[in-house]
Amino acid sequence: MHENLLPKWDEDVPEDRGLELVADWARKHSLWVIAYGTGCGAIEVPPTMTSRYDAERFGITMMATPRQADVILVTGYVTVKTLKRIIRTYEQMQDPKYVIGFGSCPINGGMYWDSYNTIKQLDLYIPVDTWIAGCMPRPESIIQALIHLQHKIQRGEATGWKRYRENLEWYRANQRKVIKNWNMPDYNW
Amino acid sequence: MDIALKILSALATILLAVVTGLFYMGLARKITARVQNRVGPPVTQQFLDVVKLWSKKSAISHGTMFHLGPVFALTGSISTLLLVPLLRESRFLSPFSFNGDLILILYVMVFGSLGMALAVGESANPNGIIGVSRGLTMMVGYELPFIVAVVTLIVQYDSSSLVKILQSQDGFGTWNLIRSPFASAAAFVALLGMMGNQPFDVPIAPQEIASGPMSEFGGKYLGLMMSSRAIFMFAKLTLYTDLFLGGASNLVELWVKTFAVFLWPLLVGLVFPRFRTEQTVRFFWGWPTALGLVGLLLAIF
Repeated sequence: MHENLLPKWDEDVPEDRGLELVADWARKHSLWVIAYGTGCGAIEVPPTMTSRYDAERFGITMMATPRQADVILVTGYVTVKTLKRIIRTYEQMQDPKYVIGFGSCPINGGMYWDSYNTIKQLDLYIPVDTWIAGCMPRPESIIQALIHLQHKIQRGEATGWKRYRENLEWYRANQRKVIKNWNMPDYNW
Repeated sequence: MDIALKILSALATILLAVVTGLFYMGLARKITARVQNRVGPPVTQQFLDVVKLWSKKSAISHGTMFHLGPVFALTGSISTLLLVPLLRESRFLSPFSFNGDLILILYVMVFGSLGMALAVGESANPNGIIGVSRGLTMMVGYELPFIVAVVTLIVQYDSSSLVKILQSQDGFGTWNLIRSPFASAAAFVALLGMMGNQPFDVPIAPQEIASGPMSEFGGKYLGLMMSSRAIFMFAKLTLYTDLFLGGASNLVELWVKTFAVFLWPLLVGLVFPRFRTEQTVRFFWGWPTALGLVGLLLAIF
């Protein structure tokens, strides 16, 4: 439906990445997730982080502010009001940063596919690197998705942040179409 | 020692402090995980965190003072580290110790926090400002028993040279831990506040004030602050080892003794929740200061 309108997805990964290999190896082994539960899927995040399904053994911890975090988990349905906050949070994070679309609602609207207030495809508004299907995904699925993100980072394919910077006008046009009261400050970057 | 050798030994000291500090922080995460009945990250996790932070591609700054804040913190840490003698006999790893330096160390230890306070003020984030005011209030709390304990030692040995206090403890029975128990008690309780573990992690408090002073720092600034924290932690642990545990003659003994001192705030912190700010000050000005004053009176008379 929107495939030909999306920005270039599979860009060519350069063969010789040099020092970026070491940097990506360190980045994949210490992913800091921002402690921001955007929707009902956030209920599955505390079991993932605590003793039973311990995600900290992969180096994944929760951080309190977006400036310190690498990964934002968009967990569950995204209303227009939440989308504005997600965009502000995403822009405050430092590059390189990754987005995980969590649950079936960011993928195609999920349970709220016919609601007037939710957005149906998150990829039009912020660049998403990994999707997790499920409603809600179990902690094992979350850990599997985080490891999938780790593999993507190691291969150099998790370049959503570059896509966002290069195609900012396209993303902004989509965002302005749904967000009616647009009063975003300039200092996000 | 000529100046080139001094610079080389200073760099060796800083490298040793960074590596040891980050390794201890990784060990702390592993021990915390095991106490909480889970596996935990590998012990080299902090090195990976620091490499990741230094490889961030953007670092958003709010102005000159904001940019200088982590620099001040690192300056305070390195200055404290270079003034503390690491080994007893060899002067290679402590090139800048001199007579009367204990008082200078007490002043330089505070410098890093004050610089960070100015930087956080410029970021204009209310979480940061609340965290800074909490941290400085708590510092007023724990500095008092620490100063009383250090003054007790100065009076007892009639000298404010850290090297002299260090070298008049040889053998297990002559450690200041045994010889001045009241001063040790006051100082080791003050160590709980200095390390910033629970119950005294009031300035950080991620659930209340979104990690306090660090809330606006990201990317390379956070990497600088993590390295500075590792260096400062090692400097404080070595200071305590020199003052109370008789110093160390070689590196292995230094690592064993500093890790023993490090275990005390770590294990206490694992089982306690967080105090409020006024509770911390009331705690530090209560029994620890009383014990320290008893020790001071015993040392004077």
